[in-house]
Amino acid sequence: MVGERFGSKLIKFYTPLVLYLVFLLFPFYWMANTVFKSDIELYDLALNPLYIHSPTFDNVAHLFTQTIFLRWMWNTFFVAILATIISLAASLLAAYAIQRLQFKTSGPTGVAIFLGYLVPQTILFIPLAHIIFKLRLWDSLWSLILTYPTFLIPFCTWLLMGYFKSIPKEMEECAMIDGTSRINIFRKIILPLCLPGILSAGIFCFTLSWNEFIYALAFISATTSKTVPIGLVTELVRGDVYHWGPLMAGALCASVPVALVYSFFVEHYVAGMTGALKE
Amino acid sequence: MDAVAATEQDFRPPSLRKRLSMALENPTFLGFLFVAPAELLLLIFLAYPLLLGLWLGLTDTIVGREGNFIGFQNYISLVHDASFWLTVFNTFLYTLVAVFFKLILGVGLAVVLNRDFKGKGLMRAIVLLPWIIPTALSAICFWWLYDSTFSGISWTLIKLGLMDHRINFLGDAWNARWSLIVANIWRGVPFFTIGLLAGLQTINPDLYEAAEIDGAGSWARFRKITLPLLMPLLTVVTVFSTIWTFADFQLVWVITRGGPGGATHIFGTLSFQRAMSGGHFGEGAAISNFMLPILVACVFIAFVFLRKED
Repeated sequence: MVGERFGSKLIKFYTPLVLYLVFLLFPFYWMANTVFKSDIELYDLALNPLYIHSPTFDNVAHLFTQTIFLRWMWNTFFVAILATIISLAASLLAAYAIQRLQFKTSGPTGVAIFLGYLVPQTILFIPLAHIIFKLRLWDSLWSLILTYPTFLIPFCTWLLMGYFKSIPKEMEECAMIDGTSRINIFRKIILPLCLPGILSAGIFCFTLSWNEFIYALAFISATTSKTVPIGLVTELVRGDVYHWGPLMAGALCASVPVALVYSFFVEHYVAGMTGALKE
Repeated sequence: MDAVAATEQDFRPPSLRKRLSMALENPTFLGFLFVAPAELLLLIFLAYPLLLGLWLGLTDTIVGREGNFIGFQNYISLVHDASFWLTVFNTFLYTLVAVFFKLILGVGLAVVLNRDFKGKGLMRAIVLLPWIIPTALSAICFWWLYDSTFSGISWTLIKLGLMDHRINFLGDAWNARWSLIVANIWRGVPFFTIGLLAGLQTINPDLYEAAEIDGAGSWARFRKITLPLLMPLLTVVTVFSTIWTFADFQLVWVITRGGPGGATHIFGTLSFQRAMSGGHFGEGAAISNFMLPILVACVFIAFVFLRKED
């Protein structure tokens, strides 16, 4: 590729790259562009809609003062953190047991957990709503904290099994000869060694919980218990009145935490995603 | 006495603890113990609901009330329901078209990004954004982008002279279907690209060099080297994407709510509407259950390929 002519590089590389970027980024531009416009400007058909003529923070102010956006953010954060902790703990133990203890049914157990990853929430939400109703968890954040691990654990277990596989068995065997108990081997040797894996799995759990939609929409109807995506979609659209400005402001602000977590750990995210695919 | 009691106390607890610690050294016991939390959660909130869903489909359950067994009544009434068949059509159209374009565009972008250039890391991070950002939120954005009066797409097309009127994106059945498919493609391309990019990087560059010396053009190199080596990964990514697209909910619910006039319902949104908005859990469950055969087929394909790779 060294002696490649600029013309051929333009056709094969720059042009497609720019087209892809425009396609992938335009919706974000449209979102950010709407946030800082006043309603008057937003609904003026004579103006160029791709450009902000007189920027304003009115929409962001509306979001924080006229709605309980911060409460929704807190709810989402609370659910995401707890679901992540539960899932990580359960997955770490399960993955280690399946990958390293080699007990009798470890093979089938691993496959069964993986199959859980392939059951979509769209099939489960109706019977789950029935169960949640019977457990009197309706409108409670615990309905989400308890159900989110069902789609987090299968993925995490699979991801962590890959990490455990990469740790040499000899390390464990040496420790065992030295008389270290299995529990201590897990705590003091395995866990520290697979910290990157735990980090990747944690990021996945957090972003997936933050983004979850259908369970939260089905199980929560009280305004104060809603998560961000549900709150925005159901509370900022009343009948035919769309508050586009505040809606876009909400979408932008609620995306920031995920985007931040993601931008700090993008390498881990990509490694986790591709690692899980290869497994 | 005191001395005896003391020795007994010294003796007993260690024996219990010893037995416990010995049990913990037994891989089978420890294995079951370690797997238990994950299995319990999955049994209660995944396996049980899956079976309960099959049962609910055979009942006339309404939200909050136990239903009666009514046999295949729900399924029979669905088969005679024109809006259900429209949903079947929509779901297949949505899945087939969206997955096809995600595959083509995803492979394309992966090939474009699979070369060394400045800012490659940044580019990869940007490409993943549509996949990372909460779908419900980007769906809100598309909803506004598809506004019949204020759409930036209409405005741009008119200014470029490609169009002389505003597009009624979501008011017309076919326009709405294509609009949803485009939004789904937008969201799904990054998954294909990043997944495949990892596969592309494992291909030995010597292969391309050898082919180039033999006079193979870039299309031939792609077809004879890249594609076959990428096939296993490509299959897995496609199967996953097919399952997710087939069982999608958020994009359609946020952008059209199944409208206009129920013309864009897919399985997920129709079952949600009947079960949660209408309160008919039995009928909703029956609609969801129609997805099962397709999903089982997909899972089976994924399974066979994953096994082959091992």
